[in-house]
Amino acid sequence: MTACAAACDECLRRTDLIAAVAGSIDVAWREKRGRTSRVLARPDAELIALDPSTAARYERFDAGRARARIADAGLTAVCRCEPVYPEQLRELPDPPAVLHIAGSLAAMPAGEAAAIVGARRATPYGLEVSRSLGRGLTAAGLPVVSGMALGIDSAAHAGALEALPVAAAPVAVLAGGAEAAYPARMRRLHTRLIEAGAVVSEMPPGFTAHRWCFPARNRIIAALSTITIVVEAATKSGSLITADLAMDLGRVVAAVPGPVTSRYSAGANELLHAGAAVIRGPRDVLDLAFGADAPAVAEPAPLVPLDPAQRRVLDAVERGQGTLAELARTMDESRAASRTLSELELLGLVRRGFGGRYVRCS
Amino acid sequence: MRSAITNSGFEFPQKRITINLAPAYLRKIGPGFDLPLAMAILAASGQVEAEAIADCALAGELSLTGELRAMRGALAVAQGAAAHGIGRVVVPASRAREAALVEGVQVIGVLALHDAVDILAGRREVPPLAELVPEAEAPAVLDPPDLADVRGHDALLPAIVVAAAGGHNLFLHGPPGTGKTMLARRIPSILPPLSRAEAIEVTRIHSIAGLHSGGGLVETRPFRAPHHTISPAGLVGGGPVPAPGEVTLAHHGVLFLDELSEFARSSLEALRQPIEDGRVVIVRSQRVMLFPTRCMLVAASNPCPCGFGDHRCHCSAADLSRHQRRLSGPLLDRIDVTVAVGRPSAQALRDQRAPASAVLREHVVAARERQTRRFAGLGVACNAQMTPRMVRELVGATPSALRLLYELHDRDGLSARGHHRVLRVARTAADLEGSDVVGPEHVTAALAHRTDAAPNQTAA
Repeated sequence: MTACAAACDECLRRTDLIAAVAGSIDVAWREKRGRTSRVLARPDAELIALDPSTAARYERFDAGRARARIADAGLTAVCRCEPVYPEQLRELPDPPAVLHIAGSLAAMPAGEAAAIVGARRATPYGLEVSRSLGRGLTAAGLPVVSGMALGIDSAAHAGALEALPVAAAPVAVLAGGAEAAYPARMRRLHTRLIEAGAVVSEMPPGFTAHRWCFPARNRIIAALSTITIVVEAATKSGSLITADLAMDLGRVVAAVPGPVTSRYSAGANELLHAGAAVIRGPRDVLDLAFGADAPAVAEPAPLVPLDPAQRRVLDAVERGQGTLAELARTMDESRAASRTLSELELLGLVRRGFGGRYVRCS
Repeated sequence: MRSAITNSGFEFPQKRITINLAPAYLRKIGPGFDLPLAMAILAASGQVEAEAIADCALAGELSLTGELRAMRGALAVAQGAAAHGIGRVVVPASRAREAALVEGVQVIGVLALHDAVDILAGRREVPPLAELVPEAEAPAVLDPPDLADVRGHDALLPAIVVAAAGGHNLFLHGPPGTGKTMLARRIPSILPPLSRAEAIEVTRIHSIAGLHSGGGLVETRPFRAPHHTISPAGLVGGGPVPAPGEVTLAHHGVLFLDELSEFARSSLEALRQPIEDGRVVIVRSQRVMLFPTRCMLVAASNPCPCGFGDHRCHCSAADLSRHQRRLSGPLLDRIDVTVAVGRPSAQALRDQRAPASAVLREHVVAARERQTRRFAGLGVACNAQMTPRMVRELVGATPSALRLLYELHDRDGLSARGHHRVLRVARTAADLEGSDVVGPEHVTAALAHRTDAAPNQTAA
């Protein structure tokens, strides 16, 4: 833990105020049609005006007790008055007053970083791509930032954790308190992210997210990253808000193309149509981030050379022909194919899905 | 009763009649008591000599005119008589051939009440069976469905043969209209022929359930395909007078559950124990009944709610995991072999011609014989029934074969339970090849047919 990590009384007081008026901000946020900056950028006095009953609490605020609560939750707090506060966040019109960090402050990205965001309701395709981006980018040293939501977000984190231990620590930004896993079923992912990197939030420990907190969280994801990649988003997805915010900050916005017939990819495809960078894999992201200096992406090279039968079956599986019926015509071919599939699985090149369809591990 | 007796030319006694049915603790239901009751009345009123009906079991339903109607369970009655040392059994003529399957009793088939009286009193000869029910009247067995009829699914046959050879339950996973039902319906045709003891058991069950038309022994393995709206009692048996359920009717045959995810969870829960134990116990206040349920379970399901299951699938991961959760309930644990059924290509439909069931059945029979020898005296019939301990002691896996399993286990690709199931199937694969040891090639073959529990989404 960094010794100089600290938060000043003023910033802690502001954070406490925002938590206290969170319900009123919800109302104001809806009136402003989803632009949190117009609310969160206001000075303290205006926030108190949203709910005058908080004035007394604001006056009596005890910074010592707030610090104790933060320490009790096992968090580190750093405020925007501190030099260790992530520089990128200062570009926001409404930078968070305090960042509460579970895990290591040193894990906060300083240079290039990629946000991987997308729908909670994702397809297996989206999850696979997200996971492989998370893994590939982390392995190549590009930190991955996401929101730990169901679907694309958590797949990206899971992928990143698969590439550990490496220099690029994964970062999750939560809408509620950083000490608690949200959604709750991500408890294990939450713990592992804290061990490997950082889970951060602008809200104090114990705070339960209101609706406006999610787009507010998205602005932190966008600001922490130099590239925001949208993997699978429907046309009204929250991840498009992240892309908008990234655009406002002048950051690179990219998207993974999906089938034009899939509504789960409609938002991502629309971004591409509007000029976002096309992402086909980790390499495309690294090209965007580092240009000619891009580090090589480790291809999942087979450990042993494949024999012709294995190569043939692997090629077929890559083309989407992953069942015995698609790989073989006769009983003998089928017996041979089932053995070959198992060999490839043991080599870690394919994975048997539910119901017996094999897919390529990426 | 009264009209049956008077219409048969006898007199119905004009006094108060008390008939005691013993033992009293059994609930006695059914028209099969008509004939014995009538006979008792006739004997009590002196119209039939009491000696004439000694050492004789009777069963049958009387019509108003005194004719005997077909009845259920004639085989069970004859077996019961034999078990109690009763020498003669009187049943309706149409059921005589069925009852005659039991050795050690004389079966008397009769057409009407007065026939029975005449024969028992010795006024007429016992009619030979052949006269009553000519052999030809046994229902002509239609050509049983044969796997050679199925085109375009040759690649699935190894998995199906393995399942049949080891008695493994089978899961057919594929889009609608690809032939899952067609394949399942033909599985009995590659199972070994019924032994005589098995055939008698099946005949008895089907006779009790009223599914058997009395033509003698049932010789084909049953195939039962209950609809998914079936109740738990319909599936495993039950009712006020416990009747056998579908799983018992499928005894020694195949129970096919199409659209597994559509079955009520309670039905599938109820099925778990019978599938595992090979029998179901139904307890009623008066008595405990035991029905045998040794069948091969064949389940089928769509791969996902939209039905495509491949690149055309447009289900979300949440839809998929919900669908898989529905499937991976209690029964999937008991299914050793899973195979993905796809839509056959036009070329496969044109060119492929599956081997005839008889050819595949030879392999199955040979593999079953090896198993019978292995399990002699162990109370187990086939590889699928091996206990974990038998798996450890009898599979005979080589170290290199086991290493493969451990490797996959370490990679989270295989659960501990899955480990045993793969070894059972690998044992069958080795039996099909006539091999005593299970080598890596048998394990890799078995791995490609394994059943997985639904994966956790976004496993973190």
